[in-house]
Amino acid sequence: MLQQKKDKARLLLEDGLLVEGVSIGKKGTSGGEICFNTGMTGYQEIYTDPSYFGQVVINTASHIGNYGVINDEQESDGVKISGLVVNEYSSIFSRYSAEESLQDYLEKNNVVGISDVDTRKLVRHIRSKGAMNVIISSELSAEEMKEELKKIPSMVGLELASKVCTDEPYFIGEENAEIKIAVLDLGVKRSIIKNLADRGCYIKVFPSQTTFDVMEAWNPQGYFISNGPGDPAVMDYAVDTVKNILDADKPVFGICLGHQVIARACGISTYKMHHGHRGLNHPIKNIETGLCEVTSQNHGFVISEKDVENSAVVNATHIHLNDNTIAGIKVAGKSAFSVQYHPEASPGPHDSRYLFDQFITLIKNT
Amino acid sequence: MPRDRSIRSVLIIGSGPIIIGQACEFDYSGSQASRSLREEGIEVVLINSNPATIMTDKVTADHIYLKPLTKSSIKEILQNHNIDAVLPTMGGQTALNLAIECENAGIWEHFGVRIIGVDIHAIETTEDREKFRLKMKELNVGVCKGSTATSFLQGKEIAQEIGFPLVIRPSFTLGGSGGGFVGSQEEFEKALDHGLHTSPIHEVLIEQSIMGWKEYELELLRDNNRNIIIICSIENFDPMGIHTGDSVTVAPAMTLPDTVYQEMRNLAIKMMNGIGQFAGGCNVQFAVNPENDDIIGIEINPRVSRSSALASKATGYPIAKIAAKLAIGYNLDELPNAITGTTTAYFEPTLDYVIVKIPRWNFDKFQGADRKLGLQMKSVGEVMGIGSNFQEALQKACQSLEIKRNGLGADGKELTKQEDILYSLANPSWNRLFHIYDAYKLGIPPKTIQNVTKIDKWFLHQIEELVFLEKEIKKYSINTIPKDLFKQAKEKGYADRQLGHLLDCWESEVFQKRNELGIKRVYKLVDTCAAEFEAKTPYYYSTFGEENESEVSDKKKIVILGSGPNRIGQGIEFDYSCVHGVLAAKECGYETIMINCNPETVSTDFDVADKLYFEPVFWEHIYDIILHENPVGVIVQLGGQTALKLAEKLERYGIKIIGTSYEALDLAEDRGSFSTLLKENDIPYPEFGVAEDAETAIELSKDIGFPLLVRPSYVLGGQSMKIVINEKELESHIIDILRTIPGNKVLLDHFLDGAIEAEADAICDGENVYIIGIMQHIEPAGIHSGDSYAVLPPYNLGDLIIKQIESYTERIALALKTVGLINIQFAIKDDKVYIIEANPRASRTVPFICKAYDEPYVNYAVKVMIGEKKVTDFNFNPKKHGYAIKEPVFSFNKFPKVNKELGPEMKSTGEAIYFIDDLMDDYFMKIYAERNLYLSR
Repeated sequence: MLQQKKDKARLLLEDGLLVEGVSIGKKGTSGGEICFNTGMTGYQEIYTDPSYFGQVVINTASHIGNYGVINDEQESDGVKISGLVVNEYSSIFSRYSAEESLQDYLEKNNVVGISDVDTRKLVRHIRSKGAMNVIISSELSAEEMKEELKKIPSMVGLELASKVCTDEPYFIGEENAEIKIAVLDLGVKRSIIKNLADRGCYIKVFPSQTTFDVMEAWNPQGYFISNGPGDPAVMDYAVDTVKNILDADKPVFGICLGHQVIARACGISTYKMHHGHRGLNHPIKNIETGLCEVTSQNHGFVISEKDVENSAVVNATHIHLNDNTIAGIKVAGKSAFSVQYHPEASPGPHDSRYLFDQFITLIKNT
Repeated sequence: MPRDRSIRSVLIIGSGPIIIGQACEFDYSGSQASRSLREEGIEVVLINSNPATIMTDKVTADHIYLKPLTKSSIKEILQNHNIDAVLPTMGGQTALNLAIECENAGIWEHFGVRIIGVDIHAIETTEDREKFRLKMKELNVGVCKGSTATSFLQGKEIAQEIGFPLVIRPSFTLGGSGGGFVGSQEEFEKALDHGLHTSPIHEVLIEQSIMGWKEYELELLRDNNRNIIIICSIENFDPMGIHTGDSVTVAPAMTLPDTVYQEMRNLAIKMMNGIGQFAGGCNVQFAVNPENDDIIGIEINPRVSRSSALASKATGYPIAKIAAKLAIGYNLDELPNAITGTTTAYFEPTLDYVIVKIPRWNFDKFQGADRKLGLQMKSVGEVMGIGSNFQEALQKACQSLEIKRNGLGADGKELTKQEDILYSLANPSWNRLFHIYDAYKLGIPPKTIQNVTKIDKWFLHQIEELVFLEKEIKKYSINTIPKDLFKQAKEKGYADRQLGHLLDCWESEVFQKRNELGIKRVYKLVDTCAAEFEAKTPYYYSTFGEENESEVSDKKKIVILGSGPNRIGQGIEFDYSCVHGVLAAKECGYETIMINCNPETVSTDFDVADKLYFEPVFWEHIYDIILHENPVGVIVQLGGQTALKLAEKLERYGIKIIGTSYEALDLAEDRGSFSTLLKENDIPYPEFGVAEDAETAIELSKDIGFPLLVRPSYVLGGQSMKIVINEKELESHIIDILRTIPGNKVLLDHFLDGAIEAEADAICDGENVYIIGIMQHIEPAGIHSGDSYAVLPPYNLGDLIIKQIESYTERIALALKTVGLINIQFAIKDDKVYIIEANPRASRTVPFICKAYDEPYVNYAVKVMIGEKKVTDFNFNPKKHGYAIKEPVFSFNKFPKVNKELGPEMKSTGEAIYFIDDLMDDYFMKIYAERNLYLSR
């Protein structure tokens, strides 16, 4: 185990930067859009978050794998990232309740990764050059990797929610609960559903392309539009669904992609950020209360500040203190609000979980 | 809320003399806080009795009171100044206790002074174990089973109820004084008795033992708006059972899953909010049950602590600076992030590197001390290593310790006796970390190591990996080692010297080979944000990655070598000089580069030097930085023995030493040549000899005559210095010295029994000499100068004697071709002045003289060293009024069994300054009357 022979792997960025390292996870080739997450804990939650579908994640934390994996801490039914890049990859793990090592878990989930990489150099590169596609391989030559890399589609204009959402509706929580919530699954994280269920809700999770009428037939008191991967600009079907929910004056809460979809339903456009926000330390200010919260974030697209400023329908409720982008909105005259960040955290601080309470109160008052 | 404009003047209370448990980290926090408040146009008045601090410099505060930390001093200040608020959170437990005392006496109220940065009631909750426990129960935070006892009988009843093993913690003591684990009734009764006596209110908490649980600390900041951020998580490598101050600690936490970490974060926030609403910093300690992730709250400190200094250095987030701003009303989101310049202070740092802190102990100074680590802190200083991974950070921290090791393992100094290793693992002392390595090397099963130490297996495995690597490397020679393996060894922090040991070649060959192979050290930035944003701070650490972020400017540069970890004999005084060295070199137009590894210091604050390399003051690291930066020269005179002992190698590698040359430094250390110099200059010195073995020493003693002062050369603080009165003592001491320092030239001086000691500090430019001060010791010769009370200027030396001292000082300084500072020690007997030793470098007394005379002597000396100024260029204007007494401060209470006798080996941990108007002063009369009390040999 200790002096195991390490196989080489390589990473090639769209702009030609080639980095050598050690193969981890499954042997093979994999690619996607490169992004970095600055969180120091919660690698398993990150890898299983469906919002990362189609992306290769760099963990900036110096050590990954230290505490193994545990099935209860997955955010979906398995790993969703397209690849991972780490500095030090732990060959052992230490946690009493851990079920297996990260290595076994990644192999089982067919995830290709690379370790022993100067991750800081890569982050600085992306910070200045912006998001781009990447390929990792433990088998191909640099030339072959270049060819493979060309086949990876650009994240802009890509619809991915329907690829990660549930095929069939399912239920969570107590059937005779006071409140019923319909969740539009664009790639929902388990902890979001858990946060709703913990607040005494009965939840039905619908596939991404479900229409308002179908959901309304279940007679929920509130709607939740989930997080998920891809470009919100091509999510017209979900935008239409949200428009119908708003027209029906039903309470609605959105997180991340769901937030972007709600914004679009109100005429606000979205755009792709230079390299996005991904980490567990994103500072947000609630403009209504003046209080701040440390949040978990994972997004590469954001809603247009200018559009919100000019909108008569949408008001900003939260701003990101690092770059003043809009992090939360509410819809005038409607019981609708949404945030760009992840109040369910997992991984990340629990500062923003009050938003789930706010949603329940909103439903009760409507 | 923006700044509270009603606060226009603030009193900051310092932490007083350095003692175990309260070291120079509070100079760092006090200085930062003071600067932070002055930036806001607030008038800062500062009180601290410790003269060797940057915080008591004119550059730091508006009004400085070098007075004892007592109620009457506070009253005096409040009578002289119109103070709006007092900030008592920057000076450790000492400052908080004084603030409480003044509060109880109604002083603050009387003078209309608000307490900012903390809530007095919060301190009561956090310091009183029973109140803390009740509060935690109220908040639904897990705590150990236990309760408080105020009598012996009550204590026994509690013990019976909970059962053994137990922990005893006396209330209101510093650094856990008087606390301990007990496993049996007999042990318990002794500890209970001791604990009840140690606590100033005679109260102890008796608790269920959670020895072996994982231990963590979080550093928090909160503003008036109740916004809270966590600056840093710190994980203890040593589990519960060893005081945090004595534990190897790591940041960020290495073995915490997000679920457990967030639960801990929530609890920390709940605890801080639960103890009171105040704007400032807080430190919370937790224990985690490794078997089920249960979390227990151990303690909460509503102030800037030793750990917050470490957290500041570990993350780059200036905790004290921001805490001071919060205390005057600002909210976190209103303050800029000093690192990025673009974001706000409401920001939780994220690390893309690992830091390891290792404490530095000085048990050798306390004969008979119980060396076992426990609940009471015993270390005197600490080092921090930064690396891209845990192993690299660990090796760098080990290289920083200056305990004659080249890192962890691979230096031929390991224990090989299974019995000894197992004993050490079970009975942790300063060297347990090294013995864990030895245990793996010897093949002791990992399970056994874990069972005995209870250290998390992830950490242990990291060490096991190093041992495997070492064994692999040993298969090769310098010519055959594969590049990958070589690179891996460097990435895991092995020093060239360690590799030289393993590959059986010279350090220089390893250096050459790695450069040939292109395995190069690069420098990365500590930026609080894992490179997400561009950072403006020039704070670097080295690693073996691909990209170098430290750009070299075309300005002329000077490197200042720091003094490494605090230890007895080399403490904060040297950091004081280093900081002033940096500032003076900046004034002369140089780009200043600081190299140091002590996280408690002002010199490692990222806005002191133009560039900070947080690196071991260890040859390999220094040389690589010098090669990278190509400075004009290196200042070695300010960083104590740590810096000075690198002079020889710098000289050998053709690197310019600023100021006094290496030859002169060496000449002063070499007793033979130095005595020849004295003889040529017609200056008296005690009869002496130099011996390299016991036999020669005994021969020499026959000529020199007993009593003899015996000491090794090239040491500081009188390490292993002893007065012997017969051949038997002489023989055994020489053998002792040569065992610890093989190959040393041992010096034998005839000891001038009953002589008076004095010392002079001077600045010399090679042509002119200016004596900045002469101090006369109160105790007779035989007590180390660092341990004796001393008076500036001399209190009863005749004019003739003073003239001799002055004349000798000048002659020696010139003869040594001193450029910079020099300190000379004298013994006076029968009206004749003898030279004991001369040190052409900044001494322990220089900061004291600067403060007493209110003059920037270090600044002047550095300008002279650089060649920017001559001694004659300065307009010296010392404020001489009455006398200043240097009062040594000891930490003997941490070592109950240690004899308090004093001798030629230094034992004090700190010092205070005390001004008197004349020699009729009661304080002076008392110490003068007691001058012979503690003398021993």
